[in-house]
Amino acid sequence: MFGFCTDPDTLSGLSWMACYLTTGKHMAIYWSVGTVLLLLAITAPAALAFGFAGASAARSRILPLSWLGRGYIAIVRGVPDIAFFLFFVIALDQFFEWIRHKAKCPDWDQPIRQGNDFVVCAEAKLPLGNAAQWVHETYGFFLAVLTFAIVFGAFAANVLFGAMRAVPRAQMETAEAYGMSPRQCYWRILVPQMWVYALPGLSNLWMVLIKATPLLFLLGVEDIVYWARELGGAKTARFTDYPHGDWRMWYFLALLVFYLMFTRVSEIVLDRIMKRLTHGQATSGGEAQRKAA
Amino acid sequence: MKKLLIGTAALAMLAGAAFAESHSVVRLGTEGAYPPYNYIDDDGEVAGFERELGDELCKRAELTCEWVTNEWDSIIPNLVSGNYDAIIAGMSITDERDEVIDFTQNYTQPDPSAFLAMEGMDLDMEGGIFAAQAGTIQASYIAEMGATLVEFATPDETIAAVRNGEADAVLADKAYLAPIAEESADLAFVGEDILIGGGIGLGLRESDGELREKFDAAIQSMKDDGSLNALIEKWELGATF
Repeated sequence: MFGFCTDPDTLSGLSWMACYLTTGKHMAIYWSVGTVLLLLAITAPAALAFGFAGASAARSRILPLSWLGRGYIAIVRGVPDIAFFLFFVIALDQFFEWIRHKAKCPDWDQPIRQGNDFVVCAEAKLPLGNAAQWVHETYGFFLAVLTFAIVFGAFAANVLFGAMRAVPRAQMETAEAYGMSPRQCYWRILVPQMWVYALPGLSNLWMVLIKATPLLFLLGVEDIVYWARELGGAKTARFTDYPHGDWRMWYFLALLVFYLMFTRVSEIVLDRIMKRLTHGQATSGGEAQRKAA
Repeated sequence: MKKLLIGTAALAMLAGAAFAESHSVVRLGTEGAYPPYNYIDDDGEVAGFERELGDELCKRAELTCEWVTNEWDSIIPNLVSGNYDAIIAGMSITDERDEVIDFTQNYTQPDPSAFLAMEGMDLDMEGGIFAAQAGTIQASYIAEMGATLVEFATPDETIAAVRNGEADAVLADKAYLAPIAEESADLAFVGEDILIGGGIGLGLRESDGELREKFDAAIQSMKDDGSLNALIEKWELGATF
């Protein structure tokens, strides 16, 4: 990075540190911070969408749809995250490849399952075997987003399902009395009012999601905790220009600060959203706002 | 949810179609945390004995290869489901693993494993507590020995466990422990070296016979012209062929 970094053995103190913190390997950890933030930025709305769909399905009057929603919530909430991440992602990947295999190689005569192996034709591979590394990484990343969205979507669905029930019955009755159709009642009365009940639960989920990112490495996506462990581990002089002892404590301390700051910012933002949602609602919070105004 | 799934599948298919081209790339999966066999160097690239070996093997077999890192715990499941095509991660050939995947011929001699403990430690082989990386031949060796086994996900953590007293000693490949013992005054080898496993080989899917033959031939050619021995000596892995 810097010109004086060519011979790290001669350096000491600050200049050594400056070189050490800008090695290619450290660049990877800075990148992974971006990866984690991007993952959260995409996963949160995706999980919310899954949650909303799940909750709407669960309270649907069409019975099979309601079973589907309730089943999704119950099953995904019940399976341990780590099992879900180990098993489900591989299954999902194989499911995609199987669909592609059926579509692209209709005259393939060998079985897809050969003992332990999962074999599809080369054109059905996802991503293709000869695709660039970044394609593989992006694909892995989106598998991760999808898995996170499904897992956290189930929890969000449960929260939203509860929130929908918490909206005062009188509100719905009034809407019906005005002659609104069930669809109108749902979209104009229920949905706008439920968020204030859902937000405490959803903000909990968000905090858990922030801290669940180390599960990424199970999917081959290298996140900050992986790099902190890798960089902090003791290094002998034979394999690096920057030998050092076990520094994992310092790296994890940096992570701690990062996560604490992140959760603090989240709290502030969530507080603001809560204030806005409470405005004009028939809750004690909304009532307090009305009196203060 | 279903619509989303199908939508994503369709999207993935479209994205995949854009890269349809038929010269093949062999993806090599490694752990990147087990020097001198494989580790991540200062530039963030895979390096070590297996990096050099793998690149040379691919050159000889006329394959285009790419390196991927994967956690040790899920390294076999990801191979059999096709996320990469070969494991080259200091994996010893054992009967247990051979039931699930296939191995090429070994490219190192059975590497002696050794116990590393705090200086001046007396080892109690029966009642002692030993650290090993989970899913390794050393872990099963300790379990069979009847001593208490504490397992860790990474090799690095096994050393830390000895340092902080969680374990009396760590059992691992000697080539991995040697540079650590050399540089730390507080750690030393204890007891005799033990030979376990049938040497290290490349792990491949059982259905991938063709690729296995290619790598087998490449390893053989490196054994024949002595270049494999030169590599083993360069990285100080112990016995040559």
